[in-house]
Amino acid sequence: MTITREQARDVVERAVRRIVPDADVASVGDDADLRAAFELDSLDFLSFVELLATETGVRIDEDDYPELTTATGCTDLLVRRAG
Amino acid sequence: MTAVGQVRATSTEAWAAARRLLDGLPDGRGLNIAHEAVDRHVLHGDGVRTALRVIAPDGGLTEVSYAELAGLTSAFAHALDGLGVAPGEVVFSLLGRGVDTYVTALGTLKHTSVFSPLFTAFGPEPIRQRLTLGHGRVLVTTTGLYRRRVEPMREELPELAHVLLVDAAPGEVAGTLSLPELLARSERTYDIPATDPETPALLHFTSGTTGTPKGALHVHEAVVAHHATASYALGLGRDDVFWCTADPGWVTGTSYGIVAPLTHGSTVVCDSGEFAPRRWYSILQDQHVTVWYTAPTALRMLMRAGAGLLEGYDLSALRHIASVGEPLNPEVVEWGQETFHRPVLDNWWQTETGAIMISNRADVPVRPGSMGMPIPGVEAGVLARGEDGRVLVDDCEVAELGPGGTGELALRPGWPSMFRTYLGEQERYERCFVGGWYLTGDLVRRDEDGWFWFVGRGDDVIKSAGHLIGPFEVESALMEHPAVAEAGVIGKPDPVAGEVVKAFVTLKDGYEPTEELRLELVAFGRRRLGSVAPRELVFDPHLPHTRSGKVMRRLLKARELGLPEGDLSTLERES
Repeated sequence: MTITREQARDVVERAVRRIVPDADVASVGDDADLRAAFELDSLDFLSFVELLATETGVRIDEDDYPELTTATGCTDLLVRRAG
Repeated sequence: MTAVGQVRATSTEAWAAARRLLDGLPDGRGLNIAHEAVDRHVLHGDGVRTALRVIAPDGGLTEVSYAELAGLTSAFAHALDGLGVAPGEVVFSLLGRGVDTYVTALGTLKHTSVFSPLFTAFGPEPIRQRLTLGHGRVLVTTTGLYRRRVEPMREELPELAHVLLVDAAPGEVAGTLSLPELLARSERTYDIPATDPETPALLHFTSGTTGTPKGALHVHEAVVAHHATASYALGLGRDDVFWCTADPGWVTGTSYGIVAPLTHGSTVVCDSGEFAPRRWYSILQDQHVTVWYTAPTALRMLMRAGAGLLEGYDLSALRHIASVGEPLNPEVVEWGQETFHRPVLDNWWQTETGAIMISNRADVPVRPGSMGMPIPGVEAGVLARGEDGRVLVDDCEVAELGPGGTGELALRPGWPSMFRTYLGEQERYERCFVGGWYLTGDLVRRDEDGWFWFVGRGDDVIKSAGHLIGPFEVESALMEHPAVAEAGVIGKPDPVAGEVVKAFVTLKDGYEPTEELRLELVAFGRRRLGSVAPRELVFDPHLPHTRSGKVMRRLLKARELGLPEGDLSTLERES
């Protein structure tokens, strides 16, 4: 299955909002540190990664975490892996 | 002498021996935690040794020697003098891991004021409540945390006279002072005033089933237990590199993140970055950590990341791993043995005990799942409970259970780090003691060889990622939303965190249980409570009630677990 950048970006935003429903993802910018911007603790971050994986079927490993710091990084990874 | 009399004489002797390992203030002027943790090493000629190694989020390393730490904490104590802060007044910190936390805690103790740490993931409501209950006179925090969490409610905190920001220049933020500037113009030596060992030192908030958070107050004598238990249960000594991963906002982060390792003259590793498995393995390797004190949730997260991740790391310096916060499940014990080639040693204690009370030890084979045995000087018992779940009291007498019986874990009062009161709630404190025992609220059994096994909490308190969360505090916050008529909050079992907070909400008439409203309530909870907010929230128009009208959390939990609702004893065993 392939996904477009727009679809991947949408998955990222939805995943953040599943954890922080009033998160304004657009306002912080795609290169902001998601954990810092939305005060995600390590349990939140684990849920976030699981949501990305289940929504897209993409396998995400611990070694990918550094890339998942920003919305851009998450989008890049999802597009690359799904494709 | 009776057997019981002998045990107590031995306890007294054990703590007297532990006290002799400390110096006391010069000229017999008492006992002060900061002197034992910092100044005495400088007097012994160890000032050049490294006290702290602080790792920045980007990996940068800052080292602080014992002499530098002595200077900074002295400057902090002078700064408190300059602000007119009196001994015994409470200095709060709202800080992550970093040098400032150490300077604030130990500088406050030098000054004989009381140090009280707050968790940076708390939302505004838990912060306001604790600052108010603790009569906080001073708060040390960052500009960001101040602006987001404290400034909007500053008017509600009339007793808070001074806010010191660790990262602001003078005049940068209205209503605050710059800590770096205060330190820069303060002297680097400070004569610690005479400190009676019973002088209040540390205030740690913890949660009960009902009511407001409880402020457990500890005294300077607690350092005797911090020091002794660190060598007994953690194997800690002068030449160790010690890493305690607990957040400084909770009791472990103070007792073992700050005080205990410094009293031994060890080097303390402090990571300001976020948890990430590779980061942690790198720290263990690069800092040559010898003793590592962590928590089951962290170990379970490492376990999920897979053992393959560890390949290529050299952890040969590591000789002792200990865990606290919640029972270590046998799977993690086995994973730890396979992964690190040494046991993870579980131990048990709580905010009120101030230091480790029951522990596994390195020279005795671990029984996976057991919290171990009482440390020397601690007498523990298992007390019979009545049908109401409380300890059975007959004419002021309680009944101790023999091997195999499940009851409430109780300790004989008298260890040095025992809390001395709940601040402002002496009666609530006194209710913790029955028939000559301190009641811990935890249900345990003891096997025939004297090992203790955790069974569950005796109350509705939630334990998530090792932190106690009071359901009442969460319910109260949710009920401040105009749509909420009533809320019941429980701990839902979770494979990583042990439990996560789940809320059941009844709406007021006129509100529809829409997904939009549900998400609004989740967001509302996070804004007010921070990380203790419910991670799950469902609507329930028929919350179960007791005859007196209270929400029956146990029944909610039984439903959640799919247990027969009538069989609450089963629930206790499962929880």
